[in-house]
Amino acid sequence: MSRIGKAFENGKAFIAFITCGDPELETTVEAVRQMVQNGADLIELGIPFSDPTAEGPVIQGANLRALTGGVTTDMIFDMVRDLRTDVDVPMVFMTYANVVYSYGADKFLSACSEIGIDGIILPDLPFEEKEEFLDTCHKYGVDLISLIAPTSANRIAMIAREAEGFIYVVSSLGVTGTRSEITTDLGSIVKAIRENTDVPCAIGFGISTPEQARKMAEVSDGAIVGSAIIKIIEKYGKDAPKYVGEYVRSMKEALA
Amino acid sequence: MTNRKGRFGVHGGQYIPETLMNAVIELEKAYNHYKDDPEFKRELTDLFNNYAGRPSLLYYAEKMTKDLGGAKIYLKREDLNHTGSHKINNVLGQALLAKKMGKTRLIAETGAGQHGVATATAAALMGMECVVFMGEEDTRRQALNVYRMELLGAKVVPVKTGTATLKDAVSEAMREWTSRISDTHYCLGSVMGPHPFPTIVRDFQAVISKEIKEQILSKEGRLPDAVIACVGGGSNAMGSFYNFIEDKGVALIGCEAAGRGIDTFETAATINTGRLGIFHGMKSYFCQDKYGQIAPVYSISAGLDYPGIGPEHAYLHDIGRAQYVPVTDDEAVNAFEYLSRTEGIIPAIESAHAVAYAMKIAPSMDRDKIIVITISGRGDKDCAAIARYKGVSYIEEDE
Repeated sequence: MSRIGKAFENGKAFIAFITCGDPELETTVEAVRQMVQNGADLIELGIPFSDPTAEGPVIQGANLRALTGGVTTDMIFDMVRDLRTDVDVPMVFMTYANVVYSYGADKFLSACSEIGIDGIILPDLPFEEKEEFLDTCHKYGVDLISLIAPTSANRIAMIAREAEGFIYVVSSLGVTGTRSEITTDLGSIVKAIRENTDVPCAIGFGISTPEQARKMAEVSDGAIVGSAIIKIIEKYGKDAPKYVGEYVRSMKEALA
Repeated sequence: MTNRKGRFGVHGGQYIPETLMNAVIELEKAYNHYKDDPEFKRELTDLFNNYAGRPSLLYYAEKMTKDLGGAKIYLKREDLNHTGSHKINNVLGQALLAKKMGKTRLIAETGAGQHGVATATAAALMGMECVVFMGEEDTRRQALNVYRMELLGAKVVPVKTGTATLKDAVSEAMREWTSRISDTHYCLGSVMGPHPFPTIVRDFQAVISKEIKEQILSKEGRLPDAVIACVGGGSNAMGSFYNFIEDKGVALIGCEAAGRGIDTFETAATINTGRLGIFHGMKSYFCQDKYGQIAPVYSISAGLDYPGIGPEHAYLHDIGRAQYVPVTDDEAVNAFEYLSRTEGIIPAIESAHAVAYAMKIAPSMDRDKIIVITISGRGDKDCAAIARYKGVSYIEEDE
């Protein structure tokens, strides 16, 4: 098992997402440290992309702010290298296939391995296309995280059987963003997953409140939160890290 | 070993969120079922012939031919189709397919507005709901088409993200599709996106080259020496090329929008300035920076203002079967005016890119050579924008 397994050893996992470089990398670094100190079990670091087709308006905005601020993949690699001096929770990259492909998959994944990235999530790389990067991921010991959606139905078994790291269960149709309620029958999706694999599964998309996180964690191994954190950063800018920390603490406590 | 579907050489594929996978699989199954179904073919042919006005004319441009003094020039008049462009061919096919699949709602992206108008038209005809995503910048450039879509009963959603042009409209339509799949078909307008769209759109547009072939054989008793079409995503070009791919004597030439020139950043010439990447569901060539960020492309033509190209074009380029040449704004505007004055035909500014390249090569070709230019759409929609470009001030601004 990769380091990602450790994220699920401390009760239900709280997984926190942040877009790197929004509004600049210093804030990202400080926010990640606050997240970890306040109980985040796994950090998803978003590498911004010009056209994030799986994101709602909140994370689209974060991508735009980060790119406008001039952040690049190489700068993010340097940031992670720095974070790894004191952060030992698992960290994964969340980005789009072209960011990896254009950089050169071998070069990108060897850098991941060198700086201490444990996995990658690519929302535009479904099961049918994963061989694009899978061998290279394995060569460098980086888990390629699979996503399962409310529409996956007959595909769940196939995806779950080959899953590694953790499974990202998409709670709802549509793009990322906070939602007032989540209506998908997630219990039966998770049940179908567990019939096929022991890899832990966490639910994301639309979760913002401690109550929602608790509900999601009741039926799975953890909750993933992105847009709610980005909203805090959007609101407080450079002052955001301490508020992000407080928020993460409230969410992790709800899962305890 | 997974099954890598929908490949043209290394290009194509299905790089989309898991949420959409069963939707494209369902679409592929339905398409494979209906494409050879006699009843479906009969219905589509009936729509083509009795609604869209097919076959479109293959017109001998005698004055242009004589004026340029070289190759004999024919124009494939897709501008004469109902709704004024080739887009109706694909839309009627997809709307009929969607209806057979039990879908009640069509969503679409549009650049110049021609695909949006065609989709709104098909939706009106077939009693379906329609939502069209259009970059806010394009809603200004093509205000008349926004009104046409609304008149036809469609809802037009201005897209403000990114560059507020065609690529952002595609992204937003994809986002909308992931949020509402069960009753909605995404009527993609070009030979791009995830499999099976590049194949479906090509097949519905292939009627263009099928007709050109029959018409030129009947008029000239032989195949043309070159077929020229403009390329953004590449649907009219793919339709114009497809039935000639095996005819090696026919040169296939795609004209990309070079904007202010391929040596500037203000260009949309993907083959000439882009490199291999993965975006909008497909592997193909894209204009992008060294980190893979998609470039903010530019062209005077809203319909060609796209940073990618369909995967089958990328493949035809790789194997050398088709060539892709850049044509600048200035050259296209010049051709727009030239065809209007010379033949009394106002081409879409997109199609004017193909006319411009023909004007470059025809004079040096022998008189027994034959060129076919696809006039993919009519230019009424462009008159205000071209007048602005030329600094003509009597067009009223509606902003």
